[in-house]
Amino acid sequence: MTQWKHKHLLGLQDLTAEDIELVLDTARSFKEVSSRDIKKVPALRGKTVVMLFFEPSTRTRISFELAAKRLSADTLNIAVSVSSTTKGETLLDTARNIEAMNVDLMVVRHGTSGSPFILAQGLKCSVVNAGDGCREHPTQALLDLFTLKEKFGRIKGLRVGIVGDILHSRVARSNIWGLTKLGAKVTVCGPATLMPRGIEAMGVEVCYDIRKLIKNSDALITLRLQKERQQDKFLPSLREYGRLFGINREKLAEGSSDLIVMHPGPTNRGVELSAEVADGKQSVILDQVTNGVAVRMAVLYLVLGTKPGTEG
Amino acid sequence: MSAAQIMDQDAIRRAVLRMAHEILEKGGSKDLAIIGIRTRGVVLAERLRKAIKDIEGKDVPSGILDITLYRDDLTMVGAKPVVRETLIDFDITDKRIVLVDDVFFTGRTIRAALDALVDFGRPALIQLAVLVDRGHRELPIRADFVGKNIPTAKSQNVRVFLGESDGKSDHVDVEGS
Repeated sequence: MTQWKHKHLLGLQDLTAEDIELVLDTARSFKEVSSRDIKKVPALRGKTVVMLFFEPSTRTRISFELAAKRLSADTLNIAVSVSSTTKGETLLDTARNIEAMNVDLMVVRHGTSGSPFILAQGLKCSVVNAGDGCREHPTQALLDLFTLKEKFGRIKGLRVGIVGDILHSRVARSNIWGLTKLGAKVTVCGPATLMPRGIEAMGVEVCYDIRKLIKNSDALITLRLQKERQQDKFLPSLREYGRLFGINREKLAEGSSDLIVMHPGPTNRGVELSAEVADGKQSVILDQVTNGVAVRMAVLYLVLGTKPGTEG
Repeated sequence: MSAAQIMDQDAIRRAVLRMAHEILEKGGSKDLAIIGIRTRGVVLAERLRKAIKDIEGKDVPSGILDITLYRDDLTMVGAKPVVRETLIDFDITDKRIVLVDDVFFTGRTIRAALDALVDFGRPALIQLAVLVDRGHRELPIRADFVGKNIPTAKSQNVRVFLGESDGKSDHVDVEGS
């Protein structure tokens, strides 16, 4: 089996298929830990993990925090509202000051694409990207891959549709890197205004007909429609988006009964998914949340295990 | 590196059978469970379970323990060892657990295994069965059932080969001087 050689996890674009498989295999072992009565192992005892979140997040932050705690690491939460960046300090200075307190790893979420790269270059500790702007959200994609592998037993050859705001979605980008590297056939679907030009260069097909996509997919990854990004009039209305690209029971019935529906959350019910689909038997949204902890445990374990300077 | 064979297939078979008898003599099969430490401990645990079934006619529960996450040298190694699943699908509380490993050396693997086991419940008793005890303990831990005691120098390596895990015929080698 391959060895993990990366000091940081900044995105799936930088990883090989073997790296991704190693994370997924390691996560399978960590899922067992979370099912025990005592959900804790001493693997990262003495390590300090800092959650540096410059954007609102509940699910990802809690998932990382639980993952770190289940590995016996100490955790520290720093929210933007209380951080010195509000007083004009730069991101790197804030991070360097935190690092000076001898922390081992920073989990960073930032609204600006590339900010985890700046931190990784300027810090001695490890950096894990928990979502940067419109660029990547690697652990979300890894948990999606893990969930797909758990449900289908494989990734290679799976037909996966990604639906929604592809243009602004870091989840979509990370998933495209991960899925294509592992041999899945990816089709992206959404309004033409939210479809990046030249997206085919990433190895995906483009489809604008959700019914056709449903008929030809094994799994659908529906994306959260980021209402905060829709003020630039990419869409006539949320209602129209829901009508054209939202998934309801009637549209879902046109696909295979084995088709699974995924969503990174939080879900806008009635927009991306109807309530009956979100809560239906084809939805694996809560499995994704459960798997997120196992995948993040695997990432923290692997990233914290390598010596500095072994970035591959 | 020169290697001397210390046990062959027959010697390993006899050692496992003798340990199975000793396990039964020292407490019978009531509430007994066998847990193997990955990787070769699992193979030996399965052989012990089968031997106990042949002798006693009773199937005792068995499990697999991966101790990677309990190692005390994780921060000292460059690249992390691969974590594999622990599979214990029965309640170990109040059971007599026989922990099985291939080579008993410093005792650190067994310490990690004991830590891991108590996270699953509170056994009535934990006993240790090893195919080879080569000495050089760094912790105050002893084995209850030993296939063969092999006095070694610390610089030597003891390597156990088992058909199920190594794809070779069973044997034990001591390498180095």
